[in-house]
Formats: sequence, C-alpha cells, structure tokens
Amino acid sequence: MNWRAIRAIYMFEMHRTWRTLMQSVLAPVVSTSLYFVVFGSAIGSRMTSVEGIGYGSFIVPGLIMMSVLTNSVSNASFGIYFPKFVGTIYEILSAPVSYLEIVLGYVGAAASKAIILGLIILATAALLVPVHIDHPILMILFLLLTALTFSLFGFLIGIWADGFEKLQMIPLLVITPLSFLGGSFYSLSALPPFWRALTLFNPLVYLISAFRWSFYGIADVPVGISLAATAVFLGICLLVVRWIFKTGYQLKT
Amino acid sequence: MPAAISVTDLSKTYASGFQALKSINLEIRAGEIFALLGPNGAGKTTLISIICGLVNPSEGQVLVDGHDILTDARAARTKIGLVPQELKTDAFETVWATVNFSRGLFGKPKNNALIEKLLKDLSLLEKRSSKIMTLSGGMKRRVMIAKALSHEPTILFLDEPTAGVDVELRRDMWQVVRGLRDAGVTIILTTHYIEEAEEMADRIGVISKGELILVENKVDLMTKLGKKQLTLQLSAPLDHLPAALGDYPLELTKGGDELVYTYDIREERGGIAGLLKSLEALGIEFKDLHTDQSSLEEIFVSLVKDQ
Repeated sequence: MNWRAIRAIYMFEMHRTWRTLMQSVLAPVVSTSLYFVVFGSAIGSRMTSVEGIGYGSFIVPGLIMMSVLTNSVSNASFGIYFPKFVGTIYEILSAPVSYLEIVLGYVGAAASKAIILGLIILATAALLVPVHIDHPILMILFLLLTALTFSLFGFLIGIWADGFEKLQMIPLLVITPLSFLGGSFYSLSALPPFWRALTLFNPLVYLISAFRWSFYGIADVPVGISLAATAVFLGICLLVVRWIFKTGYQLKT
Repeated sequence: MPAAISVTDLSKTYASGFQALKSINLEIRAGEIFALLGPNGAGKTTLISIICGLVNPSEGQVLVDGHDILTDARAARTKIGLVPQELKTDAFETVWATVNFSRGLFGKPKNNALIEKLLKDLSLLEKRSSKIMTLSGGMKRRVMIAKALSHEPTILFLDEPTAGVDVELRRDMWQVVRGLRDAGVTIILTTHYIEEAEEMADRIGVISKGELILVENKVDLMTKLGKKQLTLQLSAPLDHLPAALGDYPLELTKGGDELVYTYDIREERGGIAGLLKSLEALGIEFKDLHTDQSSLEEIFVSLVKDQ
C-alpha cells in the first residue's frame, strides 16, 4: 500500500478546500441557516409539531443530510474531474498507485469535508432550535456511511463527466430533487398512500429516515432496511470504480 | 544489468481504428540519452504514454528495468519520471507544494534538502513560494521537470522538453539533462529540434507512421548517411564539365562559377586529392573552397521522405 500517495492526494484535496474556504464551508452554512430562517421560523411557527417534535427541530437531520449528500457528490466529482480537465491527471495515472489508493485519497478527502460541514451545520442548528441526539454513535456512523457512499458516487460522476454540464447534471437533476422529496421537510406519514408507496423507491428516503431516527427515535422506514440499502449502494459504487480502473474508462485510451 | 526499457512487438490501435504504433521493438540502454525523432503524429507520444502507463497497449510487452508495465506496474512506474509535452500544472498551487506532492505520490518520504537542491539546479528556488499561475512558460516547464525528478527516478522521459523555450533556457536545460546523465539517469527525449538530438543524444531512433524505421548510434548515423560536399569557386567559369573529370560525382553550379563535389564521409580521403590533381593537370584554377557536412536534419528529412 502506497500510504504516502494516499496522504499526498488527501492533503492536496484538503488544501484545496482551505484555499476556497468561503465557497466550500461558509456558503453551505449560510444557505442552511436560511432554510432554518424560512422553514423553521417563518413557516414552522404556523405548523404543528411533527410526531411530537417541533418543526424546526424536525428538519435538522434532513437538512444536514441534504448538505452532506450534495457536498460529498460535488467535492468528489470536482476533485477528480478538475485534474482531468486541466490535464494534471497524467501524474496520477503514471504514478505507482493502485486504483484503491487513488479512491481512498480523493473519496477520503471529499467525505472528510462533507462530515466537517455536516457537523458545522449541526452546531449552527443547535444555536437556532432545540436539538437532541438519542443515538450519537449511530448518528456519526450514518453520517460517515452517507458521506463515504456519496463521495464515491461523486467520484464516479467526475470520471464519467467529459464536460462541466455533465458534472452538474446528476447533482442538480437527481440528487437535489430526490433529497427534497426524500422527507427532509416532512414525514412520509403525511403523504397519501400512493405517493407514500412511490416515495419508497427514492433511496434518499432511507438515509434521511435513519439519520432522523438517530436524533429523535422516529423513523419512516425501519433502520435496518436503511442500513442495508446504503450498504448495497456503496457496494455497487465500489464495483463500478473497480471496473473503471480495470478498463481505464474515460481515463486511458 | 537489464535494459532500462525493453519494448517487444508493441502495437497500438486507438478506438477510432487509427493504428498509432506498428509492432515496435526497441531497447534503451541504462545510462544513455536516447532521442526519438519523428514528424508530428508519428507515434512518439503514444509510445511514451504506453511506457508510462497513460495509454493501454493493444499488443506487445514493455519492461522497465526488467519489470512488466502491466503485471508489475508499481515497480516499473517507481523508476520513471515523466515530463509531458504540454504544460499541465496546478495553477493555484505553489512550486514547493506541487513538487512535494509529486514526491509523495510516488511513495517517497519527505526530503526538503533534496527538493531544495532540485529547485536550485533548475533555477526555481527563489520561486518556491510562488503560485504556478504566476510563472512564465519556461518556468512552468522547469516546474514539470522538477516534479518528474522529485522522486529520484532512474529513467526520465522528456517529451519535447524545449518546445516554446528560448535559446538561452534551452542551453540551460541541456546542461541539466547532461548533469542527470552524469548522475546515471537514463534519458529518453523526443524532439522536433534535430539540433537538440544532434547535440545531446547518444543514440537516435527515427519513428514515422507508427514504425521505428531506424535506431542507430548518433555518430554512426551521421557517418553512414551523411554526405560531405566540397565546393570550389572557380577563377574562370566553365561551360561544361571536362570529359577527363567524368569519374568524379561533380556538378557545375552558379552558371559554371562553382564546382561541387559530393562524397561519402566514409570514403577514403584520396578522392579529394585525386580530384585536385586532375584539376591542376587540366589547368582549372580556383579562388576559394569550402566543405559542408549534412546535418542530422537533412539526414532525417531524407529518411522520412524515402519511406
């Protein structure tokens, strides 16, 4: 294992975040705070509590998940797409590193950033609304698993994309709608039966539900199913990454 | 000691159907400077890219210091430093950070003294904290060389190292390359500047349309294929060549003012003496004379044209 290479890639990526602190940390914190102001205070004050939890508190896990999801994907996809775009990828491809080491470096860094961001948002939320965490260890585990899985998914998008449009397409057209419709802002029990059944095909429902369970002990779907669904998705992403590096898809001719 | 690079029956056909390399066989000896010459699109960069792991080969085998590039990639790649043709750098990084990144990527422990010396040798030390985007083209090129050398490779690939580099800097760079060779590094360079190959290389390979048409010692190549010409400026013009000189490959130029004698470099020197004696016997006098030797460039052009 070329640990120094993993470290080099990881530090390079983390340094990139540090350099773009405003964009990568401050901007998501501001936009999440806006959600609290709009949904939590302005609208939430007119809403009854959801399953015994104040509306402002109810949306905290969903908001954190949304940010972690979108940031994992955008960090990881940009991290690998940019070297491809400017051509510096030649060095990675000619270095004595295995695909696993490359993935660990890029995905590890993207997931770290997303987790840090998630924790910052949690801290911001705790200042604005009452928040309590029933299962802190499981909460961290879900956060970790989600960040890793979606960073890996973002990494795949970054490799697949051959232009900025493709790079943005999946996050904007798939991830954002699915996370909005995945129960970030409402409980599935509030939906009519048909829509409720349909929503169960949205993979993000399982993530958000499990994450909220770790906070308040309430879930739309059983936690075990959530874990299994995430693990399956992670497994699929790993297999695709392996295939990519074996064939050199979009990396080597 | 195994060859630095050993290429056997290497072919590459791109997905478009374009065959970039046709069964290349090549051995590069440890410690030599090998120049790969060829017109644009001949397959130089494809060959280098396959050896360095950027392009998948279609057929054939490549060994780097005895290690197969596909089955023993890690060992093979550790030996190689690559400076690609185009300037590809992380614009926002500093010189220091990017060179250290390369060293880490190749699995080497931090070594500030070594990187400092490297930057000093490439006249980059005072720019160590500058962002790469603020550097000139020539400096960026040197940053890329520093990156390639940061992990102490024993084999260095320089793909068009002096393209777009001014004459003075080019001389400096040649100096750096010679220094590396003296330190035992094997160097493979591709170039358009034949002057560069002529100046630097121990051996030369000529590649054209995906085929390696010749690999030769530089000196041998120039003797074997090079022509020399003796030009005599005559005191009085001749309107035709005297029949007595029919045995010599002569040509009258400049309206009979000049007599040009073309001969092989390997030929015995007796030819010129004989010619001069014959001229004297015929009473043909000359004011001045000079000889020219064909450059590698002319040899190269004639080789590629003949193909």
